[in-house]
Amino acid sequence: MDEALIKDHKPAWKGGDLPYKASYGKLMMWFFLITDTLTFSAFLASYGFSRFKYQDSWPIAEDVFTHFPFLHGDHPLLFVALMTFILIMSSVTMVLAVNYGHKMEKNKVILWLSLTIVGGAIFLGSQAWEWSHFIHGLDGVPATLISNPYGMPLFADYFFFITGFHGFHVFSGVVILIILLINVIKGTYEKRGHYEMVEKVGLYWHFVDLVWVFVFTFFYLV
Amino acid sequence: MASKTKGNWWIWKVFWILLFITTFEVALGIIKPSFLIDTIFLGTKLLNHVFIVLTVIKAAYIILQFMHLGHEKKSLKWTILLPALVLVPYLLFIILSEGAYAYLML
Repeated sequence: MDEALIKDHKPAWKGGDLPYKASYGKLMMWFFLITDTLTFSAFLASYGFSRFKYQDSWPIAEDVFTHFPFLHGDHPLLFVALMTFILIMSSVTMVLAVNYGHKMEKNKVILWLSLTIVGGAIFLGSQAWEWSHFIHGLDGVPATLISNPYGMPLFADYFFFITGFHGFHVFSGVVILIILLINVIKGTYEKRGHYEMVEKVGLYWHFVDLVWVFVFTFFYLV
Repeated sequence: MASKTKGNWWIWKVFWILLFITTFEVALGIIKPSFLIDTIFLGTKLLNHVFIVLTVIKAAYIILQFMHLGHEKKSLKWTILLPALVLVPYLLFIILSEGAYAYLML
């Protein structure tokens, strides 16, 4: 009896068992992402509540966001579609960086990380453009937290809050990516023997893309 | 670690799938087929259900492929997925049905 206990459980009791087969840092990143998932779910769910409650006076996003840089006339959905494309593209460059990190190819990690930063920066610029257009408003009436020329003011509040919170995630992501890039260039991960930090930051960056996929659907399409 | 031996082709495959679904969604959003607009199912247009299904497919590709969760250990996979899969639909069910109630009653 005692012998079986010792034989069967020896590694577990001595530590070193890996029930998830993942490192501490990666696990904690995943746990953080779960909490963030629930936060964004609550935002979008409360948006849904207000939209159901005020369905008679709720503005349709397609009628609000119809502009495209350098083009005249109405182009609903086109600009957000472009923003979605930019974010998906930056997700792809991020996976490529992670992939080359596994292969310990420092120069390729630098290349793809830099392109990811560029993608994130373009996305932030696009969002600033979208915001300024929305705030500019309609027929001289600006869209603010308390007024909205397109309909229910609450719509403007949700727009600023949800896309703002997401935009801040993108901004933080870009800052973290820049720090990561500096460390890659300095050779920190080469010395450490693995590029797991690229993978962890990659998880965060894909999450930001994931949230945008849902914001795109529930704010602009539905 | 499977990616050590695999090349990059799977990344571009997922990219084309995501791009195709997004383009399809935007096209549907601009064309608005009358059949999908006029059919009401579970309190909303059929088109919205199409959008939600396509969004979940996109999300699955991002989580399972890009975030590599599909290749993690089963225990980790379910630890991450279950809280979201249980709590989010529950939250939506409660809050959206309350929203519909508030529209009718308040």
